[in-house]
Amino acid sequence: MSGVILTPKQVLDLIPQQDPFRFVDDIVELDEDHIVGVYRFRPEADFYRGHFPGNPVTPGVILIESLAQVGIVALGLYLLARESKDDVTKIMTLFTDTDVEFSGIVNPGDRVTITAEKVFFRRRKLRSRAEMKLDDGTVVCSGTVSGMGIFK
Amino acid sequence: MEKSEIFEKVVKILTPYVKSQEALEGVSPETHILDDLKVNSARLVDVVLEFEDAFDIEIDDDDVDKVETVGNAVELIEAKIG
Repeated sequence: MSGVILTPKQVLDLIPQQDPFRFVDDIVELDEDHIVGVYRFRPEADFYRGHFPGNPVTPGVILIESLAQVGIVALGLYLLARESKDDVTKIMTLFTDTDVEFSGIVNPGDRVTITAEKVFFRRRKLRSRAEMKLDDGTVVCSGTVSGMGIFK
Repeated sequence: MEKSEIFEKVVKILTPYVKSQEALEGVSPETHILDDLKVNSARLVDVVLEFEDAFDIEIDDDDVDKVETVGNAVELIEAKIG
């Protein structure tokens, strides 16, 4: 798989993260500059038992992971397949750095939309400016996430 | 641009990514960017993009592979500025 334009469905199938650490349900927009993904936080997710007992709130680190799975892993797979001769199935994405600010709360069962725009993609390193919104338009977090593709 | 001026700008760009303050205090052209300054290798792309902006040049990926020391970076930039 090289020098090809992957469909959103193909990209979704290539994302290696799986349940219970998969935080993207669908990709609704995808091109070389941006991606839009959606996810509904499952009320039965185990982390809600401890974060916090009797008051379940989605942990910020999980929100960052969701931004990264859409903005780095999914967009990265698309860009790698499109722009390089590398076999994307032989590459894994390492999370390299992030700078994210939180501005809202995500409750169990909430559906979020993650929009990410490419800042740069070079030497298999991708940085995206990403934002997560609730269905009512509230921005819950935004910032940059970066990752790098390395051969497994 | 004087070589010393390029050197100073290069060090300034590297500084936010440096993990070894001790190596930074004694920085010289021979200082190794990854091994001595302990810059995370994943930050090299960030650094190169900042070099390109700061000096208004384009640096090929192949050239980046040859940069190991601060001096290597200074020489590469000096050659690109012409």
